[in-house]
Amino acid sequence: MAKRITTLLTLLILGAFSSQAFSQSVSIVCRCVAGGVSSNQVAWMLEYVIPEFEKAHPGVTVTLNQFGGSDEALKQQYALDLSVGKGNDVMGFDGFWIPEFASGRLLKPLNQVAGSAVDSWEGWSHISEGIQNIMGYNGEIYGIANGTDVRMIFYRKDILEKAGVPNADNWQPVAWQDITDAASMVLAAFPDSAPLQINAGTSMGEATTLQGYYMLLLGTGEEPYMNGKWVVRSQGILDTLQFYREIYVDTKYGSQRVQLVKDGRDQSFANFRDGKTAMLVEGDWFYRSVTAPGSEYGVENRDEVMGWAKMPARIPGAAIRGQDFVSASGGTGWVLNPNSANPGLAWEVMEFMNSKAARDAYQKYQPGIAARDDVPVPNSPFLTQTASVLLPLTVSRPNNDDYAKVSEQIQLMTENVVSGQMTPRQAMDVYAGAVRGIVGADNTVDLLNGN
Amino acid sequence: MHKRRTILPLRTGLIFLAPASLFIAAFILLPFFWIAGVSFTNRSLTGVTAANPEFVGLKNYLKLFDLSSFLQPGQFGSSLVITGQFVFWSAIVGQAVLGLILAWFFYRRTGWVKESVQTLAIIAWIIPDVVVAFAWSAFLDYDGGTLNWLIGLFGGEKVDWLLGLPLLSIIIFNAWRGAAFSMLLFSSAFGSIPPSYLETADVVGAGAWQRLKDIILPLIRTHIVTDLILITLWTFNTFSPFLLTGGGPAFKTEVVSVLTYRVAFKYFDFGAGSAIGMVMMIINLAFALVYLSLLRRQEGTR
Repeated sequence: MAKRITTLLTLLILGAFSSQAFSQSVSIVCRCVAGGVSSNQVAWMLEYVIPEFEKAHPGVTVTLNQFGGSDEALKQQYALDLSVGKGNDVMGFDGFWIPEFASGRLLKPLNQVAGSAVDSWEGWSHISEGIQNIMGYNGEIYGIANGTDVRMIFYRKDILEKAGVPNADNWQPVAWQDITDAASMVLAAFPDSAPLQINAGTSMGEATTLQGYYMLLLGTGEEPYMNGKWVVRSQGILDTLQFYREIYVDTKYGSQRVQLVKDGRDQSFANFRDGKTAMLVEGDWFYRSVTAPGSEYGVENRDEVMGWAKMPARIPGAAIRGQDFVSASGGTGWVLNPNSANPGLAWEVMEFMNSKAARDAYQKYQPGIAARDDVPVPNSPFLTQTASVLLPLTVSRPNNDDYAKVSEQIQLMTENVVSGQMTPRQAMDVYAGAVRGIVGADNTVDLLNGN
Repeated sequence: MHKRRTILPLRTGLIFLAPASLFIAAFILLPFFWIAGVSFTNRSLTGVTAANPEFVGLKNYLKLFDLSSFLQPGQFGSSLVITGQFVFWSAIVGQAVLGLILAWFFYRRTGWVKESVQTLAIIAWIIPDVVVAFAWSAFLDYDGGTLNWLIGLFGGEKVDWLLGLPLLSIIIFNAWRGAAFSMLLFSSAFGSIPPSYLETADVVGAGAWQRLKDIILPLIRTHIVTDLILITLWTFNTFSPFLLTGGGPAFKTEVVSVLTYRVAFKYFDFGAGSAIGMVMMIINLAFALVYLSLLRRQEGTR
């Protein structure tokens, strides 16, 4: 009896070892759900990346974990996973998270995780330094970027037309006033509508900072971080907040409610789909993925009724670098988990995901501004036009590990204004106090008092 | 004073206590001291202070009580005021009074009305938080909510519950959710009153109000104190309003537990989050001490 048990135990132990030796696995996670957010990415993974990789590497299992929550929830999950040494091997990552994760040593540079194979990758020579740096911090590269994006005003030609806005087919405002004029005409024609959507408030998270606040602030000639200091009080901040107040509190050009409720961003997409919102500031993702026919917020006859316009400066020439128009850019990509049990293999998966063949395949699922210069943009007039017009105008967020915390204060400041509970000046003063507490008063500048 | 007699000798008693003490040490004392320690640092989940936290003394506490911003929306003081209103209206007025009325109404009654109302109240109490919150979101929704539909049937104007009256919404929600506990506790307290007291009162012609005021309430005083303290502690610490409003809009429903969560797990600021946690714990201890001393005093007068 005892002998039999010993044999059984030996077999079990051997079995455990052999399964370790012969089957290897790599897990991938992204904010992507079949039939939901970024479903094209899921399709690309499940139909192309995983089968092709597994075919070339017998015995390797690659699994995709689909995360359906918000960007903020995913970031929270990553921070908690990484801080206890867990998590998926390859992680879809927003570039602006890199500084705080890298400085907290939750991530390590790619070549420290996977060794020299990283440095000898052929792909680096096809990705410009600027785009590589989307996933970089302090001169080190922590991931591979998918590409970059640009932001603009999307508008409904059909609604502007019906409201009598001149040149509705090819609308291009040249000052903030033109936007509010159009909104006022739409509101007069459709009293139940909320014509204008410029993100504000805390519940939209970073979509408030980059799609809303940044796009306005850049139009006043300022950025949140200039010449190595965080700007805590300035005329540009006041003008930006005053514009928010005008559209959400003083008039009903935009829906105050949408900015304040928990699922406001989805509601803003639904309003645009239903024609309740005629102008909405978003990234090109909004065109490529959100409003694509067949998606949840897909716009019927998208290419006939939907147009895009450059975001104007407050008044012509007043924008950053003296520009007349502005755009803001970010980018997403993939990082390697430093806790991966099999970093070499995980890198091979990531390398394959970013090979020319895989990125070419990706363009069929989800055309975008690709990171690799040898991946052509498929026949998409929208992408080629927006990229060529807006990339020269665009601005990126500061690559600074305090950025994420300051960004939360920016969201709070806009919420304080659009909810009507503070004046622009009060909200700015609260922001100034909070940012001084985060980055230290020495690293801030007050442009109103000269500080 | 007589010497206290025990069933077990001291050493045996300690051996029996050991497993429980170990668990308490591992899961309550250790985290407590850890959190107390973290509250004096600038430790965070991401950023430089994640890798190299520094000792910052009382800075986190001083920031909580910084009077220049104390009562601003989203700050600790404002959150305490909201929590106070939430506890007073939803727990003390809502749950306790509603529970008492329900228990009083059904006292010495039988029949299907009593059975069904009590069953419904208990169901409201035992359904998991997330399910209840989902149901209430659907109930209170502005565009397609059941409540606004009902109001519309009677020709009323739609009300934006979660945005226009957010604090009232979570107060009603929590009163509804927790009334069953008070109802059950008071029902059993009523059951302990000797029926002869009330029968005598009937004979001498006491009205319902006099019976309640002069006989029932004095007899169940201990139960009332127990109930109030327990629901105050629970409501003070509850996180479920987050599921309805997320603390918003504009922090109008950010009770202290939600503030702690936001600071520690959304802003990743463990130092400041722990400091809020410590202050909450001190407030909880104060409640518990008041409770214990009240109970002791009542035992003394008995």
